[in-house]
Amino acid sequence: MAEYDLVMYEEEFKRIDEQLQKLYQQANAKVLFLVDKNGQLVASAGDTHNIDTTALASLTAGNIAATGGIARLLGEREFTILFHEGEKDNIHISLIGQRIILVVIFDQRSSLGLVRLRVKKASESLTRIFDEIAAKAEKERVEGRLDESPFAEISDEDIDNLFR
Amino acid sequence: MSFINYSSREINCKIVYYGPGLCGKTTNLQYIYKKTNPDQKGKLISLATETERTLFFDFLPLSLGDIKGFRVRFHLYTVPGQVFYAASRKLILKGVDGVVFVADSQIERLEANMESLEDLRINLAEQGYELGKLPFILQLNKRDLPNIAPVDQMNTILNPNGIQYYEAVAMMGQGVFETLKSVAKQVLFELKKHY
Repeated sequence: MAEYDLVMYEEEFKRIDEQLQKLYQQANAKVLFLVDKNGQLVASAGDTHNIDTTALASLTAGNIAATGGIARLLGEREFTILFHEGEKDNIHISLIGQRIILVVIFDQRSSLGLVRLRVKKASESLTRIFDEIAAKAEKERVEGRLDESPFAEISDEDIDNLFR
Repeated sequence: MSFINYSSREINCKIVYYGPGLCGKTTNLQYIYKKTNPDQKGKLISLATETERTLFFDFLPLSLGDIKGFRVRFHLYTVPGQVFYAASRKLILKGVDGVVFVADSQIERLEANMESLEDLRINLAEQGYELGKLPFILQLNKRDLPNIAPVDQMNTILNPNGIQYYEAVAMMGQGVFETLKSVAKQVLFELKKHY
């Protein structure tokens, strides 16, 4: 396969969650999301109750992909920040380590300047964590198997059951 | 490229429906959406033009159940089929785990099918994928129309390697779930090989 699968364990998830909670406080944000570039939601912070997070993740990734396409047409490698301003809420989207998308939704209690500043700081820590995840996945791929693979004994029947 | 989350015990896989314009990719998703329990599906998102042609993609998240304590989620995408949306199609293939090629069975669309399949091959290759190594299912759609090519002829042209194929009438739902189930199975077995 062209890229390797993203595998995340409890330990890394906790560290990511910690960073998100910190950013959530410091940036005075309403909601934060981390989305994989392929459109899968990785983590979130804040009040996600009224938001369709799955759809938001997929559309954000589509947005980043389209913007990346425009960038390459113009000879840029990537546009790393997108910002959409609304009447009440604003959305700040940034790329972290080429692989993960950080989405910050904020209102008038915060400001674009503050969000940019805090996102920049948080990006560095998050990049490190995701680098470690990638390294760990690569190591496991080379050395062979994870301990508790959910796929080890998957059968035709298991899959049939999904479609009953 | 799937996402396996041990923390939330979830497996996420991406399946893309590919094919020429008006072959029925969106119709496949609409039927799946219509026939799935509300607690197993998210919203069907369609980024379409005013005339209901797909502009960027359709997206349907499905969460069908658990395997070995892991929630299995499939994210279904369609690409815009019209030729001039080539750049968008490429983007949607990013990180794909399995592909369904929806072929239009009408005789006059044979060439469009061939072009689209070649387009798929090229776009995948650009991202380092090889069609032959990816979970891949062929759906021969619109079998209820009068002016269709025989299955044998379509297989000779589109399916020289003899991959799994299904005859379908997506509007009526015929063959839709068979196709989905088959590609899902291949995707999960592919994951089994790696983990």
